[in-house]
Amino acid sequence: MAEKVLMKGNEAIAEAAIKAGCRHYFGYPITPQTEIAAYMAKRMPKIGGTFLQAESEIAAINMVYGVASAGFRVMTSSSSPGVSLKQEGISYIAGSDLPALIVNVQRGGPGLGGIQPSQSDYFQATKGGGHGDYHLIVLAPASVQEMADLTVKAFDLADKYRCPAMLLADGTMGQMMEPVVLPEVDTAPVEKPWAVTGTKNARPHNIINSLYLKPDQLEKTNFERYEKYRQIEENEVMYESFMMEDAEYCVVAFGITARISKNAVIAARKKGIKVGMIRPITLWPFPTDAIAKAAEQVKGFLSVELSMGQMIEDVRLASGCRRPVLLCNRTGGMIVSPEEVLAKIDELVAL
Amino acid sequence: MIVFEKPKALTDVPLHYCPGCTHGIIHRLVAEAIDELDILGRTVGVAPVGCSVMSYDYFACDMVEAAHGRAPAVATGLKRAMPDNIIFTYQGDGDLASIGMAETVHSATRNENITVIFVNNAIYGMTGGQMAPTSLPGQVTQTSPYGRDIATAGYPIRVSEMLSTLDGPAYIERVAVNNVKNVKNAKKAILKAFRNQVEGKGFSLIEVVSTCPTNWGMTPAKALEWVENNMIPYYPLGVYRDKYADAKEG
Amino acid sequence: MAKVTFLSDLCKGCGLCVDACPKKILVLAKDKINAKGHSPAEMTDQSKCIGCAFCATMCPDCVITVEK
Repeated sequence: MAEKVLMKGNEAIAEAAIKAGCRHYFGYPITPQTEIAAYMAKRMPKIGGTFLQAESEIAAINMVYGVASAGFRVMTSSSSPGVSLKQEGISYIAGSDLPALIVNVQRGGPGLGGIQPSQSDYFQATKGGGHGDYHLIVLAPASVQEMADLTVKAFDLADKYRCPAMLLADGTMGQMMEPVVLPEVDTAPVEKPWAVTGTKNARPHNIINSLYLKPDQLEKTNFERYEKYRQIEENEVMYESFMMEDAEYCVVAFGITARISKNAVIAARKKGIKVGMIRPITLWPFPTDAIAKAAEQVKGFLSVELSMGQMIEDVRLASGCRRPVLLCNRTGGMIVSPEEVLAKIDELVAL
Repeated sequence: MIVFEKPKALTDVPLHYCPGCTHGIIHRLVAEAIDELDILGRTVGVAPVGCSVMSYDYFACDMVEAAHGRAPAVATGLKRAMPDNIIFTYQGDGDLASIGMAETVHSATRNENITVIFVNNAIYGMTGGQMAPTSLPGQVTQTSPYGRDIATAGYPIRVSEMLSTLDGPAYIERVAVNNVKNVKNAKKAILKAFRNQVEGKGFSLIEVVSTCPTNWGMTPAKALEWVENNMIPYYPLGVYRDKYADAKEG
Repeated sequence: MAKVTFLSDLCKGCGLCVDACPKKILVLAKDKINAKGHSPAEMTDQSKCIGCAFCATMCPDCVITVEK
């Protein structure tokens, strides 16, 4: 049994990335994720890897694009305003079918917003974020252990499907300290015949590109990419179901709010309310089928979010609007309390 | 005996450039340097956004198409991941000196061991002839229809001079391709910029003063004259920085 | 003796080779149009060619091969 170590969420991400074979990190300082960069700055030179503090978020993501083009595991991390800057590069990475990991330790917005935790980049993360038709695989950890495990998972999925993956955490998860068992990773290299490693005068030149001047070719590429997305939706949905067997009400929450909501669910059960929780672990692909199935069983949903209500739209869509969906939210860096969630559950029951 | 033929580092794809556009000459010089150093199999090029966006089809080495201005960042990633490969960027003036200035300056100051080919023709060609950061004072373009007014649009940027103030870069030279003699000098400079990388000397940038007959509204021959009479006086040719030569002298 | 050959279908008729030729033996063909719709460059008197390759040096499209 591997040893448990006490780590901050941000550090767990960094160490897990190294375990997953990532040897190239590019970033730019921004609160509340700077520990990732600081950790990488310490570790990478000792293991023959690259840590580079870029001149901007834009440069950092384009350095990621360069390393990903060469077929190596690579990552960047930032927080909300910085992730906005990265969107150009993320769109190019998606449009060129490159695997890479982007970590967003969210803070409040819009604009410069604040430095306290938030989940208000849900739309940006799950609906595309940059220009054009594309998706990221979006993973939402709810513990320091998951910060580590899902980092490894994100690299594997990105390689498997040749697409960028995002770890969508928040300031609380990043700063939180918990015992964690660092994952042992089988780093068998994935074949990447498309990578630009030099032709060695032995094959035609490889081109990493997202430009298609002929519209029929761009359309064909987009349709093919969406076929890949359909496979991801079919095979890679992850969620946690909590006390849903006999539930009459369903809380939907991810990340830090799922931890808080779990306490509220337990408190509601003590009061005799049959409530359960679905915690999406993949925000894209969203656990649509699980929510749809729950809609046949429960009388209503409660979406708990640190935003003005973003995931609630996916809950409504997935449930086919067959049941009422209430919102329990705080925003701007404020954190929802178990009591507030419980009060909303009461409201849902009273409908 | 063949004394002149197309270099092997160019593919057979016909260039899409306008008649008389000197991009074709500069492509050839880059390809000749790759051939002469025998590095085609380990070279990766980074194409820009602008007229030379499709240079990924023309160079026979592995190629990456970068976002507008980001080629030096992409090249940084490639070089850090594959230090034994030869990485070059090929960028125009809008790409390198406007939207990508931060990437340019910082890759230079980090002395990334890459080769940057900077094509300065004082105009945005691909989008149809708008004012560039290097458009001359008074130059008429689509977005400076009354001539570049330095009171509102500021002065052109002399990239080679500016970057030479940095301690980082190994080699910076400005050349032109408006006549046979200058093309031959340009060839030497580009070859040196690639050789520097092979020898691990660091960041080399060759600014190539080039033409845009179509958007300058001139015949190809007149465009070459305009380079001589207008561009070169504002952008003097020569070596602006040679860290290793300086070190020898010192 | 020097010999210059043209991949005429790649020629865009820009005339940079014509101006570069020190012997003034290159012209843009007046009576021909190539696949691209341009009047391609051609040699008027091969015997005067000195094989300096100035034409090929200035050609943006790698149309010209020079042998000596």
